[in-house]
Amino acid sequence: MQTVLPYIISGISVGGQYALIAIGYTMVYGILRLINFAHGDVFMVAGLIMVYLAASLPLYVAIPLVILLTVLLGFTIERVAYKPLRTAPRMSVMISAIGVSYLLQNLALYITGGLNKNYPQIPWISDRISILGMETTRVTVITPFLTILLVVLLVLLINHTKIGMAMRAVSLDFEVSQLMGVQINTVISVTFVIGTFLAAVGSILFFTNYPGVVPTSGAMPGLKAFVAAVFGGIGSIPGAVIGAFIIGIAESIIKGLDTILIVNGAITEQIGLATFSDAFTFVLLIIILVFKPTGLFGEKTADKV
Amino acid sequence: MSEEKKQVLKVENVTMQFGGVVAVNNFSLEVNEGEIVAIIGPNGAGKTTAFNVITGVYAPTNGRVFFNGDCVIENFPRGKMKKLYKGENAGLYSHTLEPTPDALTLKGMARTFQNIRLWKSMTVFDNILIAKHARRTSNLFSAAFRGNRKEEAAQRAEVEELLSVVGLTDVKNELATSLPYGKQRRLEIARALATKPSLLLLDEPAAGMNPQETQELTRFIGQIRDQFGVTILLIEHHMDLVMDISDRIYVLDFGRMIAEGTPAEIQKNEKVIDAYLGVVDDAED
Amino acid sequence: MTQKKSKKGAWIALIAVLAWLGLVFALDQLIKPTDKLGMLLIVLQKGSVYALAAVSMNLLNGYTGLFSLGHAGFMLLGAYTYAIFTIPDKNRDTVYQYFHAVVRFSIPEKLSQGMGGFGTALGVLIALLLAGLVAAVMAYLIGLPVLRLKSDYLAIATLGFAEIIRAVFQWSKLGPVTNGSNLLKNFARVSKFKLELGGTKLSLSTFVPVLIATVSITLIVLIVNSTYGRAFKAIRDDEVAAEAMGINLAKHKMLSFVTSSFFAGVAGATLAMVLSIAQANNFKSAMTYEILLMVVLGGIGSITGSVIGSMLFVAASEWWLRGLDSGSFLGIEAPGVFRNGFRLVVFSIIIMIVVLFFRKGIMGEKELPDLFRRKKKAAPAGKEAAE
Repeated sequence: MQTVLPYIISGISVGGQYALIAIGYTMVYGILRLINFAHGDVFMVAGLIMVYLAASLPLYVAIPLVILLTVLLGFTIERVAYKPLRTAPRMSVMISAIGVSYLLQNLALYITGGLNKNYPQIPWISDRISILGMETTRVTVITPFLTILLVVLLVLLINHTKIGMAMRAVSLDFEVSQLMGVQINTVISVTFVIGTFLAAVGSILFFTNYPGVVPTSGAMPGLKAFVAAVFGGIGSIPGAVIGAFIIGIAESIIKGLDTILIVNGAITEQIGLATFSDAFTFVLLIIILVFKPTGLFGEKTADKV
Repeated sequence: MSEEKKQVLKVENVTMQFGGVVAVNNFSLEVNEGEIVAIIGPNGAGKTTAFNVITGVYAPTNGRVFFNGDCVIENFPRGKMKKLYKGENAGLYSHTLEPTPDALTLKGMARTFQNIRLWKSMTVFDNILIAKHARRTSNLFSAAFRGNRKEEAAQRAEVEELLSVVGLTDVKNELATSLPYGKQRRLEIARALATKPSLLLLDEPAAGMNPQETQELTRFIGQIRDQFGVTILLIEHHMDLVMDISDRIYVLDFGRMIAEGTPAEIQKNEKVIDAYLGVVDDAED
Repeated sequence: MTQKKSKKGAWIALIAVLAWLGLVFALDQLIKPTDKLGMLLIVLQKGSVYALAAVSMNLLNGYTGLFSLGHAGFMLLGAYTYAIFTIPDKNRDTVYQYFHAVVRFSIPEKLSQGMGGFGTALGVLIALLLAGLVAAVMAYLIGLPVLRLKSDYLAIATLGFAEIIRAVFQWSKLGPVTNGSNLLKNFARVSKFKLELGGTKLSLSTFVPVLIATVSITLIVLIVNSTYGRAFKAIRDDEVAAEAMGINLAKHKMLSFVTSSFFAGVAGATLAMVLSIAQANNFKSAMTYEILLMVVLGGIGSITGSVIGSMLFVAASEWWLRGLDSGSFLGIEAPGVFRNGFRLVVFSIIIMIVVLFFRKGIMGEKELPDLFRRKKKAAPAGKEAAE
């Protein structure tokens, strides 16, 4: 247990970060039935904005500005790349999302020159602390709590405000809500704003624990967060959060599985299982898709003939 | 004399339940060779659901379907349905046979759809030609390397013939969806006929047609029965068409069969009149 | 009547293909890779590989309507299979630095011992087919569970499988076969392909990949135009109707998936042949996205579109827009803006414009020959659009 514990704790932390990204996926999918492939790249761009802003501004200005600019980016992407395709087949919108992802990555490549950009140290949350007899950063410990707090606030927003009600209505039936006078475009914009806001927060927490940001930094966390959303049942916010924690923990344990197995005497030398820390996420995805395509908490939808 | 006729379709105690909703309840029906049989009933009575069960789109919750004497579909309430089941005759069956629609088409069933489902990007000719695909004998390799020239030519000739029978030869190179509504319906019937069925199921073939078009269609249905020797089961709301061509009629209401008989009998049936005029509530739209 | 017409069309197509191959062969001799026009050869090499990859993806995404994002995974399988079986014996140990290679023979080398140059060519061909087969078998296994899934779930599941394949190939325990995360090199590659005719050595480095792509794409065209291709299109247009007309969905989707993956494997092998290396890390989902964008650029559902789209894609990103990366473009000098990476930014913006405003791509669903014939048919089509 002592060997597994550190991996579980860091897994919970990574899971919290994935959860913040996953909510953006699950909300957008719930309303537009779109896998927003660009979401992971927005997360990466938030990291880069932080790198550049923190170089010239104090952090207490930079952090809110990062969040604001990221939200603006998410809003703009929706208006420019998805809104014109609202009546187009779903495949077109998905392709547009892939195009945006390609554009953002190339833009980042151009601006950074492909170099690894060091992420700024944020005082207090980057500090190393000792908990349960192990060394870690403070961000690792606060991430899950912050995530849960944000999720609770979000659920309150969705269940108790007018815009939240509109969002639920649109995700149940797009056309009917439109006929009933729900301002579809406002609802969709708000969804993107919330999604990117959480991704920006997630990005600050995530990159603090990593050495730096590169143009492809967003791709893997993005995919994993999406898998988390599917795993939990796409469209369901608690589902996405639980899915993200499961994936975060599983990934973290697999990264250390060699060590854990050696300590327990199951194997005698490193066998490179850490190679599968990313792939395992997809194994989970395929298992859930095959056995319960609607995810852990997803609702069943019937096809009409 | 009709007792001697071969039975083409027999639906036996079919119940179709979605969650807690019973769409079709303990429905039985028989169609003999060469007959035109109609299923009528108010909207939401379960007619299309019954069609979807017969053609293999849905596996029934309980019941059996025989086609040309063989049992082709069978099911009984299992798993979650065991508790939820609200229909009747649950204990009668213990086997499951759930073929996909294409398997039934190969056995000789073919259908049309209530909301026309033609292949949009293709011409009239190709729409019919593709329906012949299931009857070809070539595999991917022989087809790609054109080892099936003879078969291909024969199928094309059959399509041409079919087109002239249904009167669509002059529009064969047009996009299917560019045809006027009535011709699209006709094309859908022709496409179904191209699979060489012995039983043709028509789902509201006259929907959206004016009286004149409906009359033409009535004649057309009679014509194809005689010319292709097919048996026809149809769902329809246009009563003149139904009364005109049906040999027998089944009436469904709220998933249950409330009457069965010849057009003359049905017209006099109290229950049917109640269902349509809505004694309890207004079921008709 | 129609039979005769199509026969004539087939002859014209055959002559066009032969003329194209002849032209490429001539270019291969006339242009030296170091020439100013040497880029043309590189564009032809890479362009034809990507054209094949794009066409094979189009068979699935455009013709059968199955949105799959696993292409990079199948190309990886093809590239590795090809590379592993064509590394000459003497190079094995330098390539597998950290492992003891298990596969210890090269098919082209073995065959050349008995049959000389012909044996080498045959060996390369066998390795190529093997590459396709491995990808096809894997596709079959993956297809069993995932082809039942609907549109975007299928996309994400195939994407996931591609990532799993990539991880497996990088696993150190498989190093004796795959060389772990290290690259494979020194296998049979295009720069080594020469034809000796009466003492003169003729270069085949562009001709071979173009030939492979041309033959493969021709095969795909034959499939698309056959009764199976029509059945695939029926599934794309309306799955329910296709099933009701007797088309077995599971079987036909699988056929399309396996065929598409076979050619993706061949494309992957050819890519390895052109690049002279194979490394799992190059076959990320970004590669699938690029191929998808080529398909979109050319028009989803058009084979000539995919070919044109990928040729343009490669030419623009490797050649025409180069200036954007190195200081001057179209006579404009702006080293501050035109630096490394700007090319790809401009390029992605162009692609976004196509995706948003020219959704049909260059060709829509038309093929090149359609543009030359059936002028008469344009009238009803136009009328329909006006309605």
